[in-house]
Amino acid sequence: MKLELRNITKRFGALVANDQISLTLAPGEIHSLLGENGAGKSTLMNVLYGLLQPDEGEILIDDKPVSFSGPGDAMAAGIGMVHQHFMLIPVFTVAENVVLGHEPTGVLGTLDLPAARKLVKEISDRFGFDIDPDAKIQDLPVGAQQRVEIIKSLARNAKILVLDEPTAVLTPQETDELMQIMRDLAKSGTSIIFITHKLREVQQVSDRITVIRLGKVVASPSPKASASELASLMVGREVDLNVKRKAPKLGAETLVIENLTVLDDRSHQMVDGVSFSVHDGEVLAIAGVQGNGQTELAEAILGLRKIHSGTIHVAGRDLTKSTVREVLEAGLGYIPEDRKKDGLVGDFTIAENLMLDGSYSAPFAKGVQIDFEARDRIANELIQEFDIRTPSAETLAKQLSGGNQQKVVVARELSRELKVLVASQPTRGVDVGSIEFIHEQIIAARDSGKSVLIISTELDEVLALADRIAVMYRGRIVGIVDAKTTREKLGKMMAGIAA
Amino acid sequence: MSKIEVTPGMFSKVEAKPSFKTAITLLSSALVVFVFFGLLGKAGDVKFVWSDKRELIQLPQWVISSTTLCLTVGGLLLAIAAVSLWLAIREKKTPVWLVAVFGLLAMFALLGWLATGATQGVQMVFILSNTLVLAIPLILGGMAGIMSERVGVVNIAIEGQLLTGAFVSSVVGTMTGNLYLGLVSAMIASGLLSMALASLAIKYLVDQIIIGVLLNVLVIGVTNFLHSAWLDNDSAHLNFPGTFDKISIPFLSDIPVIGQVLFDNRITVYLMFIIVPVLWFVLFRTRLGLRARAVGEHPLAADTVGINVAMTRFWWVTIGGMIAGLGGAALTIGNVGSFGREMSGGQGFIALAVVILGRWQPIYVTLSALLFGFTIILRIWANQVSPGIPVDLITMVPYLVTLVAVAGFAGKVKAPAASGQPYIKG
Repeated sequence: MKLELRNITKRFGALVANDQISLTLAPGEIHSLLGENGAGKSTLMNVLYGLLQPDEGEILIDDKPVSFSGPGDAMAAGIGMVHQHFMLIPVFTVAENVVLGHEPTGVLGTLDLPAARKLVKEISDRFGFDIDPDAKIQDLPVGAQQRVEIIKSLARNAKILVLDEPTAVLTPQETDELMQIMRDLAKSGTSIIFITHKLREVQQVSDRITVIRLGKVVASPSPKASASELASLMVGREVDLNVKRKAPKLGAETLVIENLTVLDDRSHQMVDGVSFSVHDGEVLAIAGVQGNGQTELAEAILGLRKIHSGTIHVAGRDLTKSTVREVLEAGLGYIPEDRKKDGLVGDFTIAENLMLDGSYSAPFAKGVQIDFEARDRIANELIQEFDIRTPSAETLAKQLSGGNQQKVVVARELSRELKVLVASQPTRGVDVGSIEFIHEQIIAARDSGKSVLIISTELDEVLALADRIAVMYRGRIVGIVDAKTTREKLGKMMAGIAA
Repeated sequence: MSKIEVTPGMFSKVEAKPSFKTAITLLSSALVVFVFFGLLGKAGDVKFVWSDKRELIQLPQWVISSTTLCLTVGGLLLAIAAVSLWLAIREKKTPVWLVAVFGLLAMFALLGWLATGATQGVQMVFILSNTLVLAIPLILGGMAGIMSERVGVVNIAIEGQLLTGAFVSSVVGTMTGNLYLGLVSAMIASGLLSMALASLAIKYLVDQIIIGVLLNVLVIGVTNFLHSAWLDNDSAHLNFPGTFDKISIPFLSDIPVIGQVLFDNRITVYLMFIIVPVLWFVLFRTRLGLRARAVGEHPLAADTVGINVAMTRFWWVTIGGMIAGLGGAALTIGNVGSFGREMSGGQGFIALAVVILGRWQPIYVTLSALLFGFTIILRIWANQVSPGIPVDLITMVPYLVTLVAVAGFAGKVKAPAASGQPYIKG
């Protein structure tokens, strides 16, 4: 089946998310759609999948124009989508999820589960997926859940499969497996649109590449293009993928964590006897696949989560049972992983967001009153210093791009007197320009003698910043290794195989 | 908070400390029976009457000394509590069936103790059949709760739906002289009320709790007003429908004890016998049910496979409301015979509790509702057989029973994941 998108334009108010985008997909082809966060890739795919209606342009299948008013139409036309956030129902079995929406039935609309099981088994065996049709989704690891999503599309006879940032939740090994699955699928005649911002993966599997920037197609480079070539096309200028930094000058152990155990609400040990320490002037990065306890670790250090056992010391002071304010005042800076939820108040101005953590004391407060003059002066200084691209300090935080929002968070945290900086996913969903800037700021903090703890699921980021790397798996530290460790070895550690 | 669901076995669990909650509850209840009912209890005989006078087959009555009964049962209860304690020490859970046996035995002792010396004795048929009849509004209200929460809409307007059903069935039944017409009108009226709830919640995204409260207040106000301004003037022609005739099912109704309890009832009870298993079947065995549950668990996922989330929610809530309307009719033309101000008396809210206690499963919800029905009749009956007992003490019993039930049955209770969350199509 041949697919063509012709001059698709989609506007949201004044914003043009897709501007005259054209794209073709031949049968059995893997076509990578490369672009930064916010470039318009997901919008385009939602148009293709019938979730959004294009303002202009048309979709052609086998040279015939089609229009989709909903995902049902797109599926009927043979388009399947594996969403970034899985569309699976955790309490249902694999078979139930796969057949949902087109269930085989017997008399009176009764479910024919044996037929559903057979269908899953058949597809699973054909591609060597090894999926038990009766397993509940919530009991499956993420990689397997993704294969269930693929089975779900194939069970609907999808000839075109759209994979939206499929590797974000996978270990490097699982990523390799997925690449192999993609090649097998293409060989069997399924066409694949592969949406990603990861250059390495694009180079590995693509038959064809389209680069999108700011809603426009900017280039269709050859699949053999180099990483730096792809990066500069994606960003629109020369990009230096390596952060320049000097050898670390190690000082005292300032952040010391011993045997830390943190539970979730069902008594799972999300952080399970973790011990490590960070020296002044050093970056320790916690690597690992998302959901292995990193979030809970960061929240526990800040005092957001109750600590079951173990201790946290900052510069010799015991902060195990301290409140968040005590922890902040002890000199800890915190960049949360989800800036929109935990880092900013979207409906507050930038100036207000910049004083969130110090609103009760000098320089922001005079007695019980806010010192508005000081607030605005400091806001304008930080906007300059941290290169926050905004019309004014009075702009609402939610109106900024992801990168600039993140700079607001970084500016607020780094403008205090810090001993320790804890940054969780500091560049998630941020454009490359801002990534470079934020990375420089983090390295500058380290060079000025602060202890820096980075928590990141992006191996590239870990390798760019870390002096030492601790790999976390199922709540435990698999090992702490130096920054020269190979990707392969780190990948194995991320899957729980000790160094 | 992490966005990824924790898969069991992925993280090790902290060793569970032995939970003594169940054991302690059981032990203290057993002690009450043994000491209070047995050792310090009333002297005298208690008579268990197993058959109604009208029945063909008369079972012999059973007369026993109250002290003997309560001490024997109390001893058994203490034994069960000891087992539970032993299990707790060994970090094991007390099995649910053991708690159920405990509950039944304890109720037996309670009934015996209450009826000591009373001439009429413990009338088992009377107690059980009234349990069933009184539980009907709770059961049907519970089904309405299941149907809307399973598709992701929190329905706290069950109270209003019951009251609407009760009012409409009584008035229409009286005015037309046809109770079946009253029944159907009750279902339609409650269905319409639910449509209001559903469309406000689904289309206009109004907070579901607020609409629910609002509808309840509205229905109470309107029915109270109509009752005093209209029905009271001429209740003989407006609010005097009487009740459905009882239908005896041949042969089955002749079975001792359960025949009279289950198979000699009004149509409202028989409809419940049909609705509960049908709802269970639809929810867990059909395509319709799978889709409905998908909508209640993960509406976006349901949407991406072409299921119409809004329509599914709308119809499930509406049909649930019709069933609640039937429950309301069971209050008037299925039991009392006329409409009284605020006669649902909070049963719609108890139905909500019943839904949670029954874990959103029709069968379990029905059993929980029966437990509540039993406590209601117990209150009435105890007052008759044992007038000396302080009423306040007896009104406590339902809550004590609930406590034991919750201690025994609660645990991993999980609501439909999207319950109460509006689905906004982006």
